[in-house]
Amino acid sequence: MESMNNMTQEERAEQLGMMSEPLTGRSMQEFFEPSEDDNFVYPWAPVVDPAKSAEIDTDEMNTREVNERIRQLMDEGVGSIKLLNPRGKHSLAVGILSRVNLEVEGSMGYFAVGLIDGPNVRINGRVGWSCGENMMAGTVVIEKNAGSTFGAAIRGGDLVCKGSVGSRTGIDMKGGTIIVGGDTGALTGFMMQRGRMIFCGNAGKNLGDSMYDGTIFVGGDIKSFGVDAVEAELTDLDKSWLKRKLEGYGMLPDKGVDHFTKVVAGKQLWNYDNLEPSEKKLIL
Amino acid sequence: MCGIAGLIHKGKSSNVGSEVTSMLQALKHRGPDSTGFAIYGEPNAGDYVMRFKVAEAEDMNAGYDMGEKIEARVAEVEKRLGEHDAKINNRETVTPYARRYVISHDGDTEALARYVEDVEGTEILSLGNALELIKDLGDATVVSEQYGLTDFTGTHGIGHTRMATESDVDIRSAHPYWAFPYNDVAVVHNGQITNYWLMRREMERRGHRFMSNCDSELLAVYTANNLANGVSLEDSLSSSIEEIDGVFTYLVATQDQLGMAKDSMAAKPLVLYESDDLIAMASEEVAIRAILPQEIDTYDPYDEEVRVWKA
Repeated sequence: MESMNNMTQEERAEQLGMMSEPLTGRSMQEFFEPSEDDNFVYPWAPVVDPAKSAEIDTDEMNTREVNERIRQLMDEGVGSIKLLNPRGKHSLAVGILSRVNLEVEGSMGYFAVGLIDGPNVRINGRVGWSCGENMMAGTVVIEKNAGSTFGAAIRGGDLVCKGSVGSRTGIDMKGGTIIVGGDTGALTGFMMQRGRMIFCGNAGKNLGDSMYDGTIFVGGDIKSFGVDAVEAELTDLDKSWLKRKLEGYGMLPDKGVDHFTKVVAGKQLWNYDNLEPSEKKLIL
Repeated sequence: MCGIAGLIHKGKSSNVGSEVTSMLQALKHRGPDSTGFAIYGEPNAGDYVMRFKVAEAEDMNAGYDMGEKIEARVAEVEKRLGEHDAKINNRETVTPYARRYVISHDGDTEALARYVEDVEGTEILSLGNALELIKDLGDATVVSEQYGLTDFTGTHGIGHTRMATESDVDIRSAHPYWAFPYNDVAVVHNGQITNYWLMRREMERRGHRFMSNCDSELLAVYTANNLANGVSLEDSLSSSIEEIDGVFTYLVATQDQLGMAKDSMAAKPLVLYESDDLIAMASEEVAIRAILPQEIDTYDPYDEEVRVWKA
């Protein structure tokens, strides 16, 4: 097996089944260019010091007050923030657009850490529906279970749940990685467009229904495949990537990764057959 | 959207009135139109509790003689109870239009209920040995205080906060629904049922009555039809996933059981908490946290999941 490090970005993407063709045409995607300084931070993002820490007891606060307090602390340069007693409140810690370490002691409600771009979040509890929705970058690790539509439409970053998640995980996903230690429900990966998902447990019915692209790895049983989702060969490169990714979060199963099933788009749906190449780009 | 909540204590009674109120108040944002409770006290084998209304809340402004009409309807209800040899042991006027009667009756309660409901504007909200079904416009705290639920002791209960999408904002379209004429069975539902009229016509052909145009009532009637045919609660919940179309999560409570069912799309939320002595469930975790503020483990049931717990 050729080492991943020796490959170009394009070669790696092709080997992993991430990109089936170069994107051209009217809606050509502009790829992230790390050499441009402007890409790293938003101009208005506060400069924080990870060594400076603070706690927020959310017990007597509403969602808006908590989110405003987080921003206030970040403006003061605090780089490590701990949220206490969230008790299932919704929409906590959403829209954070710069690096910050966030630790949550307890369980969060719907839309937890949605629309984030950069933070490293650890949630020592459970999250409700739509955790990490539209996440763009960063790392979110959840120690217990998560609700449905976990990581809906995420574009980047690592979204990790060590327990089980609900239905429609990674629906409309456009990039990034979702990692789940347990099971996932029905319609996982519905209409996903890019990115990768790993489930160490079982997957519910209609896995990968109408997916355009991207890859789903399942360690357990798959109840049924969705429309146009097909099994693909698990390559050595896939195995090494799975191992590296799962080890990074201490989630590598005892029996390794050889038993994982790889699911990709069959690309037999009408939009792959009947459209002009430029129209395909509009859909994708 | 709607919010549903339920809890059941195993082998003990608790202050379920106040617990369900707290859970529903935490779900107020999911539906501000009306709130309803079906809570279960100690079963009293001899007596039935009959909760009924003789008018809608909005009818109270319908005319100067509404008070007289209500008195006349209540008198007619009492007369009809007497005709069926039902003895009224206790009368309670909860609101101008809602009554709570404790009655003794040895005969067919279905025939009695049908005869009483034939009085203009009258609907029996519940009839049973343990069930008290309360529903009215307003949030959980308002309804709970209005109907004096804060001190209610029992083993289990379900509740609902309603955002009206399919039918009117009134008491007849509010949840929970009593599974007429099956004593002590109540249903709360969050979702939309898409084969409502098809199923309703089928149930009506079998002789079941519908008091509203709310699709959730179908689940109560469907459950009553199954229970009357000797089907267990668990089997009824399982078959509903096959026979009823749409997206739904619903809870059913009987005299000593609490059950849940989630449709095959799993599009309506439910969070479950299970321990040795208490099972609590709600549309959102924030409702469970209203009665269990400490750190707990909860999970989402999957599609087509059916569970039943016993008190």
